[in-house]
Amino acid sequence: MSEAQLKNLEEIFEQRIANDEKIEPKDWMPEKYRKTHIRQISQHAHSEIVGMLPEGNWITRAPSLRRKVALLAKVQDEAGHGLYLYSACETLGISREELYEQLHSGKAKYSSIFNYPTVSWADMGAVGWLVDGAAIINQVPLCNTSYGPYARAMIRVCKEESFHQRQGFEIMMKLCNGAPEQKEMAQDALNRWWWPSLMMLGPTDAESVHTEQSMKWKLKRKTNDELRQQFIDQTVPQADILGLTIPDPDLKWNEETGHYDFGEIDWDEFWQVVKGHGPCNKERMNARVGAWEEGTWVRDAAMSYAEKKKVRKISKAV
Amino acid sequence: MKTNLYNYILELADNCLIAGQRLGELCGHGPNLETDIACTNISLDLFGQTRGYFQYAAELKGEDKTEDDIAFLRIEREYKNVLLVEQPNRDFAYTIARQYLFDVYHLLLLEKLQFSQDMTLSAIAKKSIKEVSYHVRFTGDWVKRLGDGTEISHEKMQNAIDGLWTYTNELFEVTEDAKIMAEEGIGVDVSVLKDVYYEKVTALLQEATLTVPASKYFQKGGKSGIHTEHMGYILADMQYMQRAYPNMKW
Repeated sequence: MSEAQLKNLEEIFEQRIANDEKIEPKDWMPEKYRKTHIRQISQHAHSEIVGMLPEGNWITRAPSLRRKVALLAKVQDEAGHGLYLYSACETLGISREELYEQLHSGKAKYSSIFNYPTVSWADMGAVGWLVDGAAIINQVPLCNTSYGPYARAMIRVCKEESFHQRQGFEIMMKLCNGAPEQKEMAQDALNRWWWPSLMMLGPTDAESVHTEQSMKWKLKRKTNDELRQQFIDQTVPQADILGLTIPDPDLKWNEETGHYDFGEIDWDEFWQVVKGHGPCNKERMNARVGAWEEGTWVRDAAMSYAEKKKVRKISKAV
Repeated sequence: MKTNLYNYILELADNCLIAGQRLGELCGHGPNLETDIACTNISLDLFGQTRGYFQYAAELKGEDKTEDDIAFLRIEREYKNVLLVEQPNRDFAYTIARQYLFDVYHLLLLEKLQFSQDMTLSAIAKKSIKEVSYHVRFTGDWVKRLGDGTEISHEKMQNAIDGLWTYTNELFEVTEDAKIMAEEGIGVDVSVLKDVYYEKVTALLQEATLTVPASKYFQKGGKSGIHTEHMGYILADMQYMQRAYPNMKW
């Protein structure tokens, strides 16, 4: 392909994105677009799968049958999200095995929030309310992103996430209207999850390396700082309804800006966890790698059985 | 209160509760996403069935009892599940074998229970048949895949079947409560399911190139509340919140 032809293709491509047309797997796309999408979609898929672990931690101990069923269903939804996101990612010409390999080797990232431990039942509430709440803010704009398979997967993901968020809030509500120990448990969970949830929306705009290109491709519609502000503005009144205190002495309503001002985020902690040194990074990775490695003989058996069945079918036909 | 009926419901429900709890342990740790989702699905179905039974039992009990009191606040000796369902997830072959050996029985039981004179039990059975038909297909297919897969998977599956076989006979024990309920047309006489159970299981194991264990030594006790050493740990986990924070709503 000549340089002029390539330039022409690129122009048509950029025009299609500007016109809000969807890019489909068989369409021509710049290599960088493909790579960026593999990175982001797989990172998202990995986050769903690793995200099953901190909540899975409470399935056997859920305090009522109703909560147990809801939690199981929620964690199962996350597996489902992982499944459609991996499938969307595979349309870009990469296999699920390669994607797993990237996760297991540490080459691919997943959301750092899942490297924090879930130490009480109230964490199931806080994770739903705050973590899923922040995830929705990140994800809703992606329902309109330019890559068709990703956008369609996200429509489904967002519907379920919003259900999870309400479920988390309802757990918190029940705790806050319960016995003093329960309310204390809820406050403690908020104290531990608040700052990591703010960090979930990514580094400040000045530090974010991918924002500009991603905005152009509609992989991102708002900057990290805008999303964070939106999350805080939305969540503070919810904490008021619960009667809980946000653990930030600098948090206050700013009449002029029409937003909440908030305190300094501990970015050292953020980078420490991103770089693999959070409280549970090792446990999460060991759990994922362990499940995959222990499952090798199962997957091999399934392949071998399918092969045998095929051979038997052919020999029968002959 | 109708004590026989109440006890009989626990006998039915505790199997679902404990089997569901065991599968729930695996959520997020399956050999791949598809089996992870499927095992969670089975667990969810079993907890759904448990709730149906316990809500009914709570109604019979009165005294403002709830499904959660029955699920979480009994002592070990009061749980009536069979020993089979409390066996641990030693590996995926054990999980599948345990569930398969239970599912075949469970479906046979429900196919009879749907004709119960008790409308609630009949309704629960009818709903559950649809779910359990899928369970037995899923686990049966995996027994075949693992049995007739690779040498390693064959060995693991055979080990699991050999290890769990001793718990199969208890499924067909008839307790005093179950006997009375069967006589009243409410419950199922499970002893009549035994031959067809072993026929079905034998046929599938043979198809899976597995050897049907020859041992005639069996374990029992679960139905009368005498469990294996695993049960205490299951309950310690399951009851943790209810025991640590008594009388609270969640």
